[in-house]
Amino acid sequence: MNITKFALAAALAIGGTLVATAAYAAGADMGNAEKQATNWHAIVMFAIFVGGTLGITYWAARKNKTAADFYAAGGGITGFQNGLAIAGDYMSAASFLGISALVYGSGFDGLIFSVGWLVGWPIILFLIAERLRNLGKFTFADVASYRLAQGPVRIFAASGALIVVIFYLIGQMVGAGQLIKLLFGLDYLLAVIVVGALMMVYVTFGGMTATTWVQIIKACLLLGGATFIALGVLSHFGFSFEALFAKAIEVHPKKAAIMAPGSLVTNPVDAISLGLTLMFGTAGLPHILMRFFTVPNAKEARKSVFYATGFIGYFYILTFIIGFGAITLVATDPQYLDVAKGGLNLKGGGNMPAIWLAHAIGGNLFLGFISAVAFATILAVVSGLTLAGASAISHDLYANVFARGRTTEAGEVRVSKFASLGLGVIAVILGVIFEKQNVAFIVALTFSIAASATFPVLVMAMFSKSLTTKGAVIGGYIGLFGSVGCVILSKVVWVSSFGFAEPIFPFVYPTLFTMPAAFLCCWLFSIMDNSDQGNAERAQYDAMAIRSETGLGAEGAAAH
Amino acid sequence: MAESPKANIHAVAHEHIRNNPKFQELVSKRRAFAWLLSAVMLSIYFGFILLIAYGKTFLGQSLSGGVTTVGFPIGVGVILSAIVLTGIYVRRANTEFDELNRQILEEAR
Repeated sequence: MNITKFALAAALAIGGTLVATAAYAAGADMGNAEKQATNWHAIVMFAIFVGGTLGITYWAARKNKTAADFYAAGGGITGFQNGLAIAGDYMSAASFLGISALVYGSGFDGLIFSVGWLVGWPIILFLIAERLRNLGKFTFADVASYRLAQGPVRIFAASGALIVVIFYLIGQMVGAGQLIKLLFGLDYLLAVIVVGALMMVYVTFGGMTATTWVQIIKACLLLGGATFIALGVLSHFGFSFEALFAKAIEVHPKKAAIMAPGSLVTNPVDAISLGLTLMFGTAGLPHILMRFFTVPNAKEARKSVFYATGFIGYFYILTFIIGFGAITLVATDPQYLDVAKGGLNLKGGGNMPAIWLAHAIGGNLFLGFISAVAFATILAVVSGLTLAGASAISHDLYANVFARGRTTEAGEVRVSKFASLGLGVIAVILGVIFEKQNVAFIVALTFSIAASATFPVLVMAMFSKSLTTKGAVIGGYIGLFGSVGCVILSKVVWVSSFGFAEPIFPFVYPTLFTMPAAFLCCWLFSIMDNSDQGNAERAQYDAMAIRSETGLGAEGAAAH
Repeated sequence: MAESPKANIHAVAHEHIRNNPKFQELVSKRRAFAWLLSAVMLSIYFGFILLIAYGKTFLGQSLSGGVTTVGFPIGVGVILSAIVLTGIYVRRANTEFDELNRQILEEAR
């Protein structure tokens, strides 16, 4: 058991290696009729969710008039609502099914991923949230290129954003296809097309307003469902953690070892690199950064991080209880176990502990509810991703690079809508292509790019007076190509996908090397830059700092 | 991109803000506070990771004689510390710092 295996497990949760076909069909104990009934619960509840969210999209489409409405919901989202939406972006099917599955498999070690994903949020708040709100309009590239040359910086920012968005989309699409086979008993292809079509409708017609409300509704459903499961588990043990843990130790094959860290973290280089990746990767994901432009001011931006951190932290504590609940209530019940494989193996594969626990707690109806929520989660996350990708294309590449600002708002939004449609089609095609591919590298790839390319340039743009276009672009691309290259040469791609015997890059996450390299190069090539352009850019730092610190000039940014 | 007329209005305000000692006070206080809290968060998190790497027996020992180990309250504590630290920052930033900020903008009019 090493860190690679956990990276795989985490990626698996995003959708990678869910290989089980029609979960319920695999079970001899579950009759055919029962399978059908359960599936219909899930499908009907999912249909209700889709109906409700399409209603919201219709309402949002009538409200959407300006570019600010489309990209940033008119800046009219409150801190509390945005906090819920951020939590929704974050509480993906990966965290819900994946982390509870990690806990189910190895107990305490499951905490390490959830803690890493959470502690990025305080850092986002302390260092970038309010500056992002004060300087940006629609995309994080607005901030990175604020006093630098628009063309090169936006091309860099958009490339990073699009690579992250597209690979993240592949993971979500493959996950959706596998989940629908597992939970609804429907075809992979149908799931990929349904997800692709619905996300195009949400984003194209409803823009950020619809995307935000889809995310908020889903976050509430997921938090409510997870709370219900956790309460069910705890009430089973008289609300005594001691009794829950005692039972878990009794039935788990690893016995008392589940109560202490296992061998997940043994190599300190991998451990620190993993920590940096999870922490700062969060602070560089385009769909997360974009959420800060939906609130009216820095005050609400700060509040949204506080609420988001609270909801996400609470959710991770729930997934922990759910994982232990699955050990005690699912692993002990033969109807859920894959007898052929033995041990803790569940029918339907590694991601099923939370799903089967929902059945153990609330029966078929609740199983249907949780399945529908798990699928809705994917839908909400892909919508946020698509909008972020479409904005990178329309706002950064089209409006500010290709047309150099000589375009109308309406023209820009039209491009964004076509870009959403294009990304939807690409996502469906890639979802089909990657159905049987190993996509375990996606977590490492996307989070490493975010932490090693986007985050350093963003922080340098905000805090370093010496930064020039040359430094930002060279440093940024070094972080981008460095992290992509290292992930390709590491075990998850070089060995698992390409079939070579030994990885060339010996660690799983390159961030410990690529993030400092990006920072260093941003700084070094900036101070070596003595061009007139570089000096002019440095001269604008003070004016930018005033807006960044006080918000002067930012109040109306979202309104026109 | 009709930003130039506004830029002129802002230029006057910028000059005023730059020379306002309250602006320097805001920036230095807020930065010191933000970096301090960041350092606290990073220390807690990487301390936790290093404890997992090198202090497995410590984390695995019984908390109070039962099956619950020391690792659980510490792990949950890291999660709660993230929430508490964001709460502390938001509280001070949204009251003290925002009031100072409001005065700075007011005086620059």
